Amino acid sequence: MTASPPPVLEVDGLVKHFPIGSGLFGRSRDKVRAVDGVSFSVAKGEVLGLVGESGSGKTTVGRTVLRLDTPTDGAIRFLGNDITHLTRSQLRPFRRQMQLVFQDPFSSLNPRMRVDRIVGAPLAIHEPGMAAAERTQRVEDALAMVGLPRNSGERFPHEFSGGQRQRIGIARALMLRPELLVADEPVSALDVSIQAQVVKLLLDVRAKLGLTILFIAHDLAVVGHVSDRVAVMYLGKLVEIADTRTLFRDPRHPYTEALFSAAPVPDPTIRRQRIVLTGDIPSPINPPSGCAFRTRCRYALPACAAEVPPLREVAKGHLKACLRDDLELVPWQDAPRDPARPPAVATPAP
Amino acid sequence: MSAPGVNASGLATSGEGPLLQVRDLTVEFRGQTGRVAAVNGVSFDVRPGETLALVGESGSGKSVTSLAIMRLIGKAGGTRIGGQILLRRRNGATVDLLAASDPEIREIRGTEIAMVFQEPMTSLNPVHTIGAQVAEGIVFHRRISRRAALAEAVELLDLVGIPEPRRRIDSFPHQLSGGMRQRAMIAVALACKPGLLIADEPTTALDVTIQAQILELMQRLQRQTGMSIVFITHNLGVVAEVADRVLVMYAGRIVEQAPVVPLFGQPLMPYTQGLLRSVPRLDMAGGVHEELHAIPGNVPDPTAMPPGCAFHPRCAHFQPTVCDGAVPALEAADPDHSVRCARWREVSRRVPASQPVPA
Amino acid sequence: MTADTAIAAHGGQTLRRSTRYRTLRRFTRHRLAMFGLVVILLLVLACAVGPSLVPFDQFQLNMRARFREPFAGAHLLGTDELGRDMLARLLMAGRISLTIGFCAMVIAVTVGTVVGTVAGFYGGAIGTVLMRFVDAVLCFPTIFLLLTLAALVSPGIVTITLIIALTAWMEVARVVQGQIRALRERDFAVAAEAMGAPDRWIMFKELLPNAVAPIVVAATLIIARAILLESYVSYLGYGIQPPVASWGNMLEKAQQYLTTAPWLALLPGLMITLAVSSFNFLGDGLRDALDPRSELS
Repeated sequence: MTASPPPVLEVDGLVKHFPIGSGLFGRSRDKVRAVDGVSFSVAKGEVLGLVGESGSGKTTVGRTVLRLDTPTDGAIRFLGNDITHLTRSQLRPFRRQMQLVFQDPFSSLNPRMRVDRIVGAPLAIHEPGMAAAERTQRVEDALAMVGLPRNSGERFPHEFSGGQRQRIGIARALMLRPELLVADEPVSALDVSIQAQVVKLLLDVRAKLGLTILFIAHDLAVVGHVSDRVAVMYLGKLVEIADTRTLFRDPRHPYTEALFSAAPVPDPTIRRQRIVLTGDIPSPINPPSGCAFRTRCRYALPACAAEVPPLREVAKGHLKACLRDDLELVPWQDAPRDPARPPAVATPAP
Repeated sequence: MSAPGVNASGLATSGEGPLLQVRDLTVEFRGQTGRVAAVNGVSFDVRPGETLALVGESGSGKSVTSLAIMRLIGKAGGTRIGGQILLRRRNGATVDLLAASDPEIREIRGTEIAMVFQEPMTSLNPVHTIGAQVAEGIVFHRRISRRAALAEAVELLDLVGIPEPRRRIDSFPHQLSGGMRQRAMIAVALACKPGLLIADEPTTALDVTIQAQILELMQRLQRQTGMSIVFITHNLGVVAEVADRVLVMYAGRIVEQAPVVPLFGQPLMPYTQGLLRSVPRLDMAGGVHEELHAIPGNVPDPTAMPPGCAFHPRCAHFQPTVCDGAVPALEAADPDHSVRCARWREVSRRVPASQPVPA
Repeated sequence: MTADTAIAAHGGQTLRRSTRYRTLRRFTRHRLAMFGLVVILLLVLACAVGPSLVPFDQFQLNMRARFREPFAGAHLLGTDELGRDMLARLLMAGRISLTIGFCAMVIAVTVGTVVGTVAGFYGGAIGTVLMRFVDAVLCFPTIFLLLTLAALVSPGIVTITLIIALTAWMEVARVVQGQIRALRERDFAVAAEAMGAPDRWIMFKELLPNAVAPIVVAATLIIARAILLESYVSYLGYGIQPPVASWGNMLEKAQQYLTTAPWLALLPGLMITLAVSSFNFLGDGLRDALDPRSELS
C-alpha cells in the first residue's frame, strides 16, 4: 500500500468513555473506557477486519467512526476531512458516503415500513427532488443487486427470513453508493447456511462497487475470510494489526495466539491442545494497569504491569502492543495435537 | 468420581445398551394454517458416557427434541407429542418419559436428566443466590439438611471452576460474568449427578475464549462422572471439538447420523456437505474467497414444507420425482452411518473437509 | 414458545396475514370490547341522525305536557319539567358530549404525542424539563383545576373542550415518551441516524408509527374520561349552560325531581354510564389485541 490516495478512514488516538451511574448532580464518578486510544487507517477498497470479544470496544469503534457517537478524544478523518467535531447537520453530507450494516436483522428494519420505503429512505432524505419513478427504479435495482426479487418492496420486513432481512439492510446501506461501509457483526445472528451467502454478497458488492469495509466480528474464521488486514482489540485497545495472512500464520501478541487457539475448528481430526485463557475479560471500568491483557497472559512479566505497551511495528505493516519480543508464539495450525485424540481416520475408504 | 451407591447400575460401562432411546418422536404444534410438525419421526440412541451432538439450524427441531426429552413441552394449545422416549433408569427399569407420571418425571428431572440452557441469565433465578439455587436441587431430591446441601454446593462450584466458591455461594446471578453464570448453571445441573446432561447451545452466548473454558469444563466433568451429554448446537467447530457422534437435523427430521470423524470427513447428505463447506475456516484466512460455498435459498417455512426431501429446493443434486416425490428413508450406509437422501450413493463424494489447505 | 420462534424465523406470507388476523381475532373475541364498539357506533349514529327523526325540537317548551312518563304517549322517553321531549334532548346532549369527548381527545393526543415524542427523542435537558413539567401538571387535582378554570373563563363548548384536553394530555405524553425512548435505541433508529435523516424524519416517520398502539388505547380511554369530566363540570354548573343540553346539566336539573320524575335523572345517567363504559371496554379490548406480548403465548 503506497501513499497514493488518502485513506478512506483514518482514526488517530480514538478514545470513547461512557459515564456511568450519574451522581447526585448528574455528574458521574465512573466511566466505561470502551475505547481507549485506538489508531488505524483503512485504505480505499480495503477490508479491515476488527476482531475482539464482547467488551473489547469493537462495536463502539464502529459507531464512533461513523460519528453516531461523539468521541471523547482523538481524531477521525474521513476521505481527508476531519469529522471528529462536526455537528449533526455538518455531518449530513458525509452520511451518504458512509453506511452501517447491523448485526440484528430483526431490529434494524422498521417493522412498520414497507421494504421499498426502507430501502428508498436514503434517497428520500438525500435526494428529495428525485422523481418517484426513478426512485422506484433505483430501489428495485438495489434489491436485485442483493439478490432479492424486484417486487420485494411491496412487502413488510417480517415477511422475510433473517438472511433476506440482512440483504435488505445491505441494499439500504448501498443505496447511495457509499465509500465506506461499517459492517458490525453482519452474519453472527444468521443461520450457518445463510452466513456464507451474506459473506459472499458483501464480498461481491465490494468488488463491484469498490467499497471500503470496516468488518467488525468476533468470529475469527469469518473475519479472516473477508478481510485484507485484521486488527485485534482487547479491552478498548488494539493489541495487534497485520495483513490477514501474516496475522494468522505469524501472530505476535499472546492474546492473538490465545484467541486463535480458542476458536473451535470444524475438523475432528485436528484436535489441538488449547491455550485456555483463565478468567474473564477484566471490567473496562477498572482496567488493569499496564498491559490490560497481563492478568490472563501466560507470558506476563512484572514489567507488564508498569506501563501500557505501545503499538509498535515489528515487521513491515505488522504492529503489536506487547513488551516481549522474545516469545515463540505458535500459529494455530501448528499447535500440538491432543494426544487423547489421535487423528486416526477410521473411515472406510471412499 | 460417581458417588458410591449411585454407581450401582454402572452407568459408564459401555457394554450395556443405550441410556436413552428416542423412538419415532413427533412433536406437532397447532399453527394458524393447521398443524406444524416441529419434529417429525426422530429416532436415535444415546449411549452411556458418549457425547451426542444435535446439529441444525433454526427450525430444524433440535431444541424441540431436547425439550421433549425433558418433558418441557406443554400439551396445551393443541400440541401433540407422539413416539417414545425410553430412559434406562439407575435402578435398571426402563421408563417411557412421554408416558411417565408427573411425579416420576419430577423425580427423574435433575437427578437422572439435567439440562443446561443457552442463556444462563434467564434460566437462573435472579432473586436467589447461586448457592441457594445449587443447593435447592440437592435438598429437593435427596432430602438432606440445608446446611449439608450448601456445603455440597460449595464443592460443586469448586468442581465447575468458580474461584472462591465459599464467597460465591452468596452471589446473585447478575454479579457473575457470563462465563461464571454458565458454570453456575452447570453446577445446578450436576447437583444430583445426572446420568444424562442435555446442553442446549450452552456456549452460543459466550465469547470464544470463555467458550473454550466451558467446553473444556464439560469434557472434564464427563470424564469424571461418566455422564452422557446431548449437545445441541449450530456451531460445527464446537461439534468437531466435543462430539463422539453427530445427528444432523433439517426441517424436523434427522438427515444424517454418524460418528464425528466420518461425518466431517465423508458426509453423505448434500445438506451436511454444503453446511461443512459453507463454514469459513481459519486455514482459509487470507486465501482465495472462492473456497466458501453458500447453500442457496432459505431454511423452509415449517408451515409450507416442500414435498419429498425438505432440502430439495436448495440441493445441487436435485432430480425431479426422485427428490420431490416421497420423503426419502433414513438408510444405513454403514452400520454407524445413516443418511436420508434418495441419491446418496451417487452424491457421496469426498468433501475435503479434513484436509487443511496447504499454506 | 420454541415453535413460535422457529416459525417467526421463517417469516413468509402466512405470518403477515396471521399477525393481523390474530390481532383482529383477539379483538373480535373480546366480548366487552365488541359490546363497547357496537354501543358507541349506535350512539354516534343515533346522535348524528336521530334528532332529525324525532318529531320534537329539544327547545320546544310545552307547559301542558310536563313530566310525561316514558313509553306512554307521543313522547317516547317522556318530557322534562318544562315539557321538552327527553329523547330529543338526550340525543342533542349526546352530540355535545361526544363531540367534546372526541375533540378533547384529539387535542390531548396531539399535544401529548408531540411533547412525549420530543421529550423521548431528545432526552437530556429538553426531555427532563418537559417531563418534569408534565409531572407538575399531573400533580394538580384534575377536578379542582377544571372547576377553577371553568370559573375563570366563560363556559362554552370550546372552552370546556380545551379545559378537558388540558387535563388529559399528560398521560399521553408519558406513554409516548416512554415508547419513543425505548424505540430510539433500536437499530432501525440508529440506521436512520446513520443515513443522515433529519430529526423530524426519525421522530415522526420511523419512531412514532411504532408507538401507535398505546396511543390508540390511551385515546379511547381519554374520550371516556372526557365525557365523564364534561358531565361533572356541567352537573356542578360550570360547564355547558342551559338551555343547551348536555348529559351533565340534564342530570343537575333532574335532581330536584328525583322522587317525582326519576326518569329525568336515570336517562342521562344511563347515557353517561353507557358511553363511558363502552369507551373503556373498547380501550381494554384494543390494549389486549394490540399488545404484542400476547402474540407469544
